[in-house]
Order: sequence, then C-alpha cells, then structure tokens
Amino acid sequence: MRSNGHTILLAFWTTVKVSALSAAGSLVFGTILAAMRVAPLPVLRTVGTLYVNILRNTPLTLIILFCGLGLGSIITVAEVQTTNYFWLAVFGLVAYTSAFVCEVLRSGVNTVPLGQAEAARSIGLSFIQTLRIVVLPQAFRAVIAPLGSVLIALIKNTTIAAAIGVPEAFYTMRNQLQSHGDSVIPIFVGYALFFIVLTLPTGLLFGWLAKRWTVTW
Amino acid sequence: MRSSRMAAVAGAAAAALALVLSACGSDSGTSGGGTSTSSGNSIADKAKNDKTLNIGVKPDQPGLGLQNSSGQYSGFDVDVARYIANKLGATKINFVPTLSANREAFLQQGKVNMVIATYSITEERQKVVSFAGPYYIAHQDILVRAGDSSIKQADDLKGKKVCSGQGSASGDRIEEQYGSAVNLIRLPGYGDCVNQLLGGQVQAVTTDNTILAGFAAQSQNQGKLKVVGTFFSNEIYGIGLKKGDTKGVTAVDNALRAMFKDGSWKSALTKDLPQVPAETPPTIGKFDIPFEQ
Repeated sequence: MRSNGHTILLAFWTTVKVSALSAAGSLVFGTILAAMRVAPLPVLRTVGTLYVNILRNTPLTLIILFCGLGLGSIITVAEVQTTNYFWLAVFGLVAYTSAFVCEVLRSGVNTVPLGQAEAARSIGLSFIQTLRIVVLPQAFRAVIAPLGSVLIALIKNTTIAAAIGVPEAFYTMRNQLQSHGDSVIPIFVGYALFFIVLTLPTGLLFGWLAKRWTVTW
Repeated sequence: MRSSRMAAVAGAAAAALALVLSACGSDSGTSGGGTSTSSGNSIADKAKNDKTLNIGVKPDQPGLGLQNSSGQYSGFDVDVARYIANKLGATKINFVPTLSANREAFLQQGKVNMVIATYSITEERQKVVSFAGPYYIAHQDILVRAGDSSIKQADDLKGKKVCSGQGSASGDRIEEQYGSAVNLIRLPGYGDCVNQLLGGQVQAVTTDNTILAGFAAQSQNQGKLKVVGTFFSNEIYGIGLKKGDTKGVTAVDNALRAMFKDGSWKSALTKDLPQVPAETPPTIGKFDIPFEQ
C-alpha cells in the first residue's frame, strides 16, 4: 500500500491550498460586495443585500453540493475530475465566505466617522476613490480581528469539500478510518491537531495585527 | 505571556508532525484486539438468553441493506441476518445502521453483536474482528449506462471518467493499479456516483458487483444501467463478530450451512439481487481465495 504519510501530507497540502485560494477570493469578492452595499446606486445596494442574505443563510453543505453536483453537471473546469471539483469547491467557499467578509467589512466602514467621507467628497474624490484611499484602509484596520475569525471558520469549512470528492484532510481521514477502524480516536485527534496547527497561528496573527492597528481616538 | 503562547504553538506543531511521521511506514498497531470473549459474552449465548440481537447492516445499499422511509430494512444482507438470528434462537432483531467506517468500532464497543454489511474479509480486519462465513463472494465490477459498450474490462477504464466510493477497497484498487491513468473521483456514497453516471458526468462506476446490481435493479433505474460483468477481484463477504468469539463463529457458521442447504440462500439472492449470477454458495471458513481470471 502506498505510504500513509505521503497521502496524509498531500491531503494536508490540499487543505492549505483550498483555504488559501478561498481566503484570497473571499477577501476580494467580499470587499466588492461591501462596496456595493454602501454604494450610492440603489441597484448595487439591492443586489449586494440580496446576495448576502441568500448566501449567508444557506447552509454551506448545500452550497458545496450545488456547486459540485449541480454546477458540475453543467460546466467542467478541468479534465481531471479531482481538479475540477477542487475549483468548484473553491468557488462555492468563496461565494459563501465573501458574504461574511462583506458584513464584517461593512461594520468596519460604519466605524469610520462620516465626516471623513464628507471631507473626501468635498475635495472631489469619487466614490471609488473615497473607498480606496480613505474609508477601506481604516475599515480593515478596525475589523481585522473579526476577519481573523471568518478566516478560521473558512479553514475549518474546507472539510465540506470532501462531499464532492476533493482529496483534502477530512476525505483522507475517512479513508483511513475505513482501513484502520481500530484506531479511531488517535486518527480523530491527529486530524484535529492538524487543524489546530492551521487555525491557532492564524488567530494569533490576527490578534497581533489587531493590537498593532488598534484604532485609538 | 508571549513566549508561552509560542510554546503552545510549537507544541501543537510538533504533535501534528509526530502524528504524520508515525503514520509513515507500518500501519498503526492494533490496540487491545487480543482479549478473547469469555463464555458469557458470545453472541450464541446472547441470542439464547436475551432473545435479542443487535445487528449492523448498511442502510443505503439497495439490494443488500436498505432502510426505507418507514424504517424497514430489506436486502440480501438483511435476509441472511434474519435467518441466522432465527437459527441462533433470537426472536427480536435490532438493525443498527452501519457505515463502512463504523464496522470495527461498533463491534469493539459492543454496539452491535454481529455485522453483516458488505463486509469484505481482509487480513487487516481479521486482526481486530472475528469473521464467520463467508456468505457470498462478490467481485469488483463496473457499472455503465445501458447503451455504452466501450467499457468491457478494467483496462478500458483508462482515460475515462470513473466514480467510486470514499474509503472503499475498490477505489483503492483502481488508484493503486492505474494511478492517474484513470480519471477517478471518489464521492461519499454510491448513490452519488450512480447519479453522476446517469447525469453523464462520469462514464463508469466501480465497486462490488452486488452493490452495482442493487442500484441497477432499482425501479427508477430500470433499463438505464448495465453491470458489465467483468470481475476483477474477489470480495469475500464475511459476518463480523467480536474478536475472539470462537463459539459465536461456530454457531453462525452452522446457521449458514443450514441456509445454504435448505435453499433459502439461493432464493434470497435471486429475490434481492437478480442481476448477479446465482453462484454456488462459498466454502465456509475459506477466507483466502486468490483471484483467478
């Protein structure tokens, strides 16, 4: 049988890849959504609100299954099936997590004094420029800690990708439980430890950043 | 405060690394598999005294172990279970839904007295579980859409999109034998795989022919699916009992012999799995049956 260690490491690496790609995508799309929700155009605000309300309130399992088995029957991203479902899972995770990033960021935007937006407008900055130069940098700094929580939740949510065949940590754990049904507890503990190794430093990092960027009045 | 936090992180990282390294190389040692059951714990005694048995069966395999919406179980495994329990003297059976990954754990914890759930006998499993039987020899096979004749044997799977189950020996076999030459995806359940096949996303599903035949026989799949019939392994279905229960193994084997002899084995097979060849019953106690083409 192939080396167990090699399979496990590969699975852990896949989890890291899914987490990193989904995190990057969610940050980008979440920012766009937040911008939409505070935009002067009512259409943008409505679309943004609708998106967030639907995606935030749908269970992630449904979203991933829809992406994999529903969308997957219509579009094919890659020839190799595991790669195909990998990207569909990332897509689903981004769609879901960006709703949360958007809401977190929006509360950050609300902490920026209105006077700043007014001042920016009065010196002729456009909406996008106001966001980019004045509001968003401060908003991010204010909510860096909750963003860390969202990221930690995302790392753990990647286990759902196993439902559509992505060979990440949980998928591999299930395979191992099958062939080593007598060491269930050590297997569980081992995989839980792996996730702690991923999430604990992330939490610490964001906590440190939050302290460093504390908004003092 | 900072240094103790760093120490905690380093400790967690070291523990995870230790786990990975220990998994490299030999399989994790069996823990506590050696205790043999004393005479009071045998399933034969439990059936006689309590008149009740807890039997683990699959809840999601049509034709073998399937639970319908009113909680009733049906299938070949279930029929074998009922016959054996009856022969052992039990009047009441509690069927416990058992997934592949739970089978050893349930037996070791005593949650079930017996497992009949497409349970293939392997050397690894014999270290932790005692097997009675076998009660059927299944074979790894391929399921395709009814009109598809491009796949006639295992080698034809190369370059095709194939689906198998997570944690299944069949999926492992394809991965080990063909590696990336076969475009394989492994989903949690065979129901998912069959849906992929019907929807056209994959061209074949591979696992035991019994499981495949069960899906092909479902009323909603009539005429749409075909079991290719190219056997490329022996899956020796056994009855799992708690490790060391030699009295139980003998009792269950005797019950099985009776089932083979009086024709109920064959009639259960033809009723539940009409697509599989009604082979002659396997030799009881013969666990090592090397596969010949």
